[in-house]
Amino acid sequence: MLEIKNLHVKLEEEDKQILKGVDLTVEAGKVHAIMGPNGSGKSTLSYVLSGRDGYEVTDGEATLDGEDLLDLDPEERAAAGLFLAFQYPVEIPGVGNMTFLRTAVNAQRKARGEEEMSAAEFLKVVRAKAKTLKIDADMLKRPVNVGFSGGEKKRNEILQMAMLEPKMCILDETDSGLDVDAMKLVSEGVNALRSEGRSFLVITHYQRLLDHIKPDVVHIMAAGRIVKTGGPELALEVEQNGYADILAEIA
Amino acid sequence: MALPKLKQDATDARLAALDLPASGWSRSAREDALARVKATGLPSRRDEYWKYTQPDTLVQVDAPVAEVFDANETPIFNDFDRVKIVFVDGVFDADASDDLALEGVSIDRLADAGDIHWAKDVYGVLEARGQTPVERPLAALNTAFATDGLLIRVTKTPSKPIHITYKHAATNSDAILHHVVKVEAGAELTLLENGPAAARFNKCLEADIADGGKLHHIRAQGRDHQRRAATHMFARLGAESVFKSFTFTANGVLTRNECVIELTGDDAVAHVAGACMGDGDFLHDDTVFVTHDALNCESRQVFKKVLRNGATGVFQGKILVKPGAQKTDGYQISQSLLLDDDSQFLAKPELEIYADDVACSHGSTSGAIDDEGLFYLRSRGVPVDEATDLLTIAFLAEAVQEIEDEAIQEEIVSRIEGWLTRRRG
Repeated sequence: MLEIKNLHVKLEEEDKQILKGVDLTVEAGKVHAIMGPNGSGKSTLSYVLSGRDGYEVTDGEATLDGEDLLDLDPEERAAAGLFLAFQYPVEIPGVGNMTFLRTAVNAQRKARGEEEMSAAEFLKVVRAKAKTLKIDADMLKRPVNVGFSGGEKKRNEILQMAMLEPKMCILDETDSGLDVDAMKLVSEGVNALRSEGRSFLVITHYQRLLDHIKPDVVHIMAAGRIVKTGGPELALEVEQNGYADILAEIA
Repeated sequence: MALPKLKQDATDARLAALDLPASGWSRSAREDALARVKATGLPSRRDEYWKYTQPDTLVQVDAPVAEVFDANETPIFNDFDRVKIVFVDGVFDADASDDLALEGVSIDRLADAGDIHWAKDVYGVLEARGQTPVERPLAALNTAFATDGLLIRVTKTPSKPIHITYKHAATNSDAILHHVVKVEAGAELTLLENGPAAARFNKCLEADIADGGKLHHIRAQGRDHQRRAATHMFARLGAESVFKSFTFTANGVLTRNECVIELTGDDAVAHVAGACMGDGDFLHDDTVFVTHDALNCESRQVFKKVLRNGATGVFQGKILVKPGAQKTDGYQISQSLLLDDDSQFLAKPELEIYADDVACSHGSTSGAIDDEGLFYLRSRGVPVDEATDLLTIAFLAEAVQEIEDEAIQEEIVSRIEGWLTRRRG
């Protein structure tokens, strides 16, 4: 599904190398988690994959089902099936959440040569999906993320994911700012989307999210590289001993 | 005091080319207005109030040529149930207009000889009040020389809006129209205006709103590219009355919209808003002056401008709170969205407050499309052009939402979308 090879990335504006040779393969239907200390490059990896400005790829490649991602505009990556759940979802005053969702769904359908969803059909689908995420009619009407609590914003991210049905989902610290109940709700939303054809890359600091979203593979990232890969037990090890032991071990 | 020579010459030349219409009841108001013009002279580029906008082409004797623009689209408000009144190059078109009968409202024409007693108390009166503390000579010129206009008296709330639609036919037409609206106590009217009026248009609207009266005014200017227009709106509000005015402007080499509002009765509410979109050789000037002279009144000024390819936007807005106008709630925001580095926005927000228990806020910003928002939309699959349009419409939303009627709001948004779509690619 997602293949990253020897990815090197620096900041466009300054001479600062962030990713220093990331190698990562996420197979179809699998959930991979990336953990790592602050500043290890986890969020940069998610931004570079989704096509945000400000980064320069100096070496390596990233493909989605064989298609070169790094060559595509952000909207083309989305249409190809990539989705990033933002750590800090952006507020867009003046654009209704419903308008936003419908525009996005239909833009992707159009890009893939599919028929657009009718207003009635869209409404039916969005209402059903919103209900399972406890997103009420008012949240759907309000401007995108404006005045939403931290938990509401993250739930709204998962709603977008559910509506867009991407094949590769990247969750960037989706657990940050969530209380226990909200984390459970968000995790249930993600788990409901797990399927054979859909993969997840879950970026997190803490093991607790992985209690809810059970990963198949856990990677530890440090200083711009994947330094250790293992099973779910690796996350528990981090929780118990912190990163210091692991980093010392590979140093 | 003698006027500067250039100003005197320009004023003399213009006045020599105009005839005072020989109407009965408005004659003295016209003569008074002419005296005001002579005393102040017409605007010149040296005047502080015209610092950002060159008045020369509005003042000169002949209207500069403006090609007639075929919008090639269904006119705005066309599907609304309304009383339509048409002026072509400033001349009333009876054939194209609906019957002027509307229950609860009397509609007369300024050009008709009949003696309209009530209009005497308003015609030129609000305009004259609006000349201090800042002179507005083009409005006085209008009062003196207006060739026609509507005199609308609202005694009961009518079942539908009145819609004044302007048409442009001759490339050198120069129209001066003056409308008067009097909303009697407790009555309510929606007034719509649209269309390119002439090559050069000088329009004045005086609105006197009695206690508890409401006037909703929605205006669409454009999309003719070459028009020049100076418009004035003078509104006087009685106690618990409401005045809401919204203007959408698309294109136009020179548009100056002045709005002068006086809140004279307690608990009155005045909202004036504008959304404008300019491309290239475009200058749009909103000049607003709101005076609070009563207790517990609310005023809002919300002006948003989308500018590209070297377009210029101007905002001069003032809130004056007179002594004793306690509990005033005044708000003013003027913002521009600059879609490139060539466009400019010039803003002069002012507050002058002589009461100690008031809440007044003002803000003015200029900015580009928000990169974060743009990336967020694109990451969801919305193509960059569509995402930019969506954010542009969102930028204008605060102004558009000042329109109370949702159907009219949608009509305006569809015009904004049309404008953006035509400028793609």
